[in-house]
Amino acid sequence: MAALPSATQHQVVAASPATKAEARGLSFYYGDFQALKGISMPVHERKVTALIGPSGCGKSTFLRCFNRMHDLYPGNRYEGEIVLQPDNTNLLAGSIDPIEVRMRIGMVFQKPNPFPKTVFENVAYGLRVRGERSRRKIEEKVEQALQDAALWDEVKDRLRQPAYNLSGGQQQRLCIARALATDPELLLFDEPTSALDPIATASIEELMHDLKERVTILIVTHNMQQAARVSDFTAYMYLGELVEFGVTDELFIKPQKKQTEDYITGRFG
Amino acid sequence: MRRKHQDVVFALVGIVALMVAVLTFLTLFVNMAVDGLPRLDWQFFINFPSRRAAQAGILSAWVGSTLVMVVTAFFAVPLGVASGVYLEEYARKNWVTDLIEINITNLAGVPSIVYGLLALGLFVYQFGLGQSILSAGLTLALLILPVVIVATREAIRSIPQVIREGSYALGATRWQTVRYHILPYSSAGILTGIIIGMARAIGETAPIITIGALTFIAFLPPAPLKAEPPFLSFDWVMSPFTVMPIQMFNWTSRPEAAFQDNAAAAGFVLVIMTLAMNAFAIWLRYRLRRNIKW
Repeated sequence: MAALPSATQHQVVAASPATKAEARGLSFYYGDFQALKGISMPVHERKVTALIGPSGCGKSTFLRCFNRMHDLYPGNRYEGEIVLQPDNTNLLAGSIDPIEVRMRIGMVFQKPNPFPKTVFENVAYGLRVRGERSRRKIEEKVEQALQDAALWDEVKDRLRQPAYNLSGGQQQRLCIARALATDPELLLFDEPTSALDPIATASIEELMHDLKERVTILIVTHNMQQAARVSDFTAYMYLGELVEFGVTDELFIKPQKKQTEDYITGRFG
Repeated sequence: MRRKHQDVVFALVGIVALMVAVLTFLTLFVNMAVDGLPRLDWQFFINFPSRRAAQAGILSAWVGSTLVMVVTAFFAVPLGVASGVYLEEYARKNWVTDLIEINITNLAGVPSIVYGLLALGLFVYQFGLGQSILSAGLTLALLILPVVIVATREAIRSIPQVIREGSYALGATRWQTVRYHILPYSSAGILTGIIIGMARAIGETAPIITIGALTFIAFLPPAPLKAEPPFLSFDWVMSPFTVMPIQMFNWTSRPEAAFQDNAAAAGFVLVIMTLAMNAFAIWLRYRLRRNIKW
């Protein structure tokens, strides 16, 4: 792929941070339609990596390969590998249960999707799914996760209230807390602020900045300013291909490819 | 202007069409109430049928109906809900499931007498269950199974996909997703479907007559609770029985006018039972949905 050389080039400049996950020649098919074409790129540990590109470029499809979300629907097929470190596991291998993958990789969706349960139960759900029975442990974890998601102070008195009583921004932070409660190694964000107002968006972005101390983040965004604000690395995708991958500052200031430049300067897309 | 006229015309046609349905039912109901209400007293509920119209009651009929409904629910609910959940959440979508889907929809339209014939051959003779409450319950369970399955599937389908994805993304298995999300969030719709199915079953006459329910019965099935251990008894499921609509049918075929009043009174009770079940379904749906917003 033509995208690879530029990717490695930037990596050298960034003093080679550790790799958490790496896509290797990843193609993806919805039935006969090939949505991803041989994508290879790293996701660096404890960094924010943003996926940008015009609608339909495959960035969400790519993101959803990381937690095998496509396995929920028939007719989908992967080719190539996504290797998760430190154990060098190919997430897409047939022998790997998608449930095992989702135990390690959390996801936050485009629209806040809290369960119609209480605030507490939303966050506790991942723990319950893993068979945690100790009430004390669950309570500790829930509080910790809500604090990590900067939501604790706002909801500590309404833990037993329905999650739907929260505002949109709070709901999205609740979904982040829900994902954090199970200590994921990698957190996927699929346009997490597209349904939120600017103030709620700012609080989510700030949160992401704090979270990358502990967890690797991969985010799809349609908003280039957001990518520039929150990410350390950016990948520009177009029509299912990775056009360019690099350190965010460099990619936005000095893109290597004409196509990338056209997109980020707004001449296209 | 012409377009507005069309609007008015259609609205009128709609109202008339609606009134035909509502008024017909109301007339029937009022007619039945006028004939039957004088007969309705406490004795009517605790008397067995009798050759003397004034002493006849519906004790064996309402007890029979209740017990048959218990058996019906016991079989139809788990089978119907499990089928619906399987088809929506587990089954791969291919031509086999399409075929099953078409079949289920068609089954809902099969005349109930056909179920009666099937049950006569299968339950009564083949399985040797006889003309019992168990046979009747199984027959009606078959009859309302499509209703329960369709209601379950529709209730499940109304759950947004993002809720399922949210659950799976946290590492949940299919069963955990069904157990913690799908069933609780669809319970209102499922229960409504079950009750509406039961309301249909309680009025069914043809299949019950086909499998040989008695039309005149002056005893009760053995009690399900006993004074001595093991306290529970299931002898009643094998007992002969009658049900409300059959009791009515029996009375309407008598020549004496007094029995017609009995039939009207029993019909009134049956309609009230059905309406009460439907009202309960509406209340339940309202109650359970209040806490669920997407």
